[in-house]
Amino acid sequence: MTCDEAEVLLHALIDGELDAGHAREVENHIADCPRCAAALRDYREMSKAIAEAGAGYTAPAALRQRIEAALPQPRQTTNRRAVLRGFAMGSALSALAASGLIAIVLRHDDVERIQSEVVSAHLRSLQAGHLTDVISTDQHTVKPWFNGKLDVSPPVVDLTAQGFTLIGGRLDYVDARAIGAVVYRRRQHVINLFVSQTSSTERRAAKIDTIQGFNIRHWSDRGLNYWAVSDLAKDELADFGEKFESAMRAPG
Amino acid sequence: MPINASDEDPEKARRFREAALPHLNDVYTLARYLLRSADDAEDAVQECYLRAFRHFDGYRGPAMKPWLFAILRNVCRAEYARRAAAPTSAIEDVPESAEQAPLWHEAEQTPEAQLQHRWDSDTLRRLVAALAEPFRETFVLREIQNLSYREIAEVAEVPVGTVMSRLARARAMLRSAWLAEEEQQQ
Repeated sequence: MTCDEAEVLLHALIDGELDAGHAREVENHIADCPRCAAALRDYREMSKAIAEAGAGYTAPAALRQRIEAALPQPRQTTNRRAVLRGFAMGSALSALAASGLIAIVLRHDDVERIQSEVVSAHLRSLQAGHLTDVISTDQHTVKPWFNGKLDVSPPVVDLTAQGFTLIGGRLDYVDARAIGAVVYRRRQHVINLFVSQTSSTERRAAKIDTIQGFNIRHWSDRGLNYWAVSDLAKDELADFGEKFESAMRAPG
Repeated sequence: MPINASDEDPEKARRFREAALPHLNDVYTLARYLLRSADDAEDAVQECYLRAFRHFDGYRGPAMKPWLFAILRNVCRAEYARRAAAPTSAIEDVPESAEQAPLWHEAEQTPEAQLQHRWDSDTLRRLVAALAEPFRETFVLREIQNLSYREIAEVAEVPVGTVMSRLARARAMLRSAWLAEEEQQQ
């Protein structure tokens, strides 16, 4: 790969828009090219600075009021009806999800949005009392708990011997769908492993991204999409993923 | 200026509020960067929401935020045209920085952090605002609004390849500006 190509593609690398093959090519180029490596480092730092500084604006309250005033006002009864409608919609959605009618297909441009939803779900789970619906260090308790709650039960693997303690499972919502989360702990760090069904049975090699300071390891195997999210360092999260994948490949 | 309030379905208004109003800050932010004027941005955002409400019946996705952005962008086009027709207007050349109160409070700086590059939001906004259109638009949609390349392509009505090259140019320009800024400070 030439510097000219890398100069454009390294942005797609930063933005998580490159497929694994091209990402590797860009990374190989950067490993040998100090100039492109410096550019990549600066661009990453710029993105970080922007995220930290917050370059957005807050709309003035008067603007919000003017827009509100220009819209037809709701009737008095709307609130109660809205609540009822919310319930109806909720159960219709879960029925649809449970019947497996929704094929979960990840389009490339959705990947980033879903990753950020996964991070949000991870953050929500860290709030008091939200981490686990079923608390158990026993995979034979956690696994059956998911049965009937999701159209696909996530694989639950005990990795205690490898340094990752299984602490339970949880039902979560990502991309407006119910999704299983298996929760592990390493020292004080929580790892949420989100698992959803995908229409593709193709194996996709793992890729690690960082969003809002959390590391995400995403891979696909045998019709399932996996996202492992944690504040663990990248190498430890990679280690977790590799241990999980090799445990899945082991017989029995 | 109620929009024909008697004829409109309050139920539609409720759905619209729930779907569109949570994005108000993002839409306003984009308007500020596109128009570089607080007053014009307010007008454009209001017009954007009124148009969006009018077309809300036909809205079938994809995502609400890029949809609003695309409408806002069309509103801003009209504003550009107006400005082009009235070249005496000086608004265009005045980037804003200090008038807006910061939206966040800067964390206490550790000595380590001070050794690294640091930007305050005013500098950041000034440098981004100085980028030429359409690089500014692409940059803001990506870095501040977190849109995917495909979403940016749809909002800006250009191919994804154009988004990529604009973003590369924008970041390269901003990087030079940043390095120059740092040199000045030293």
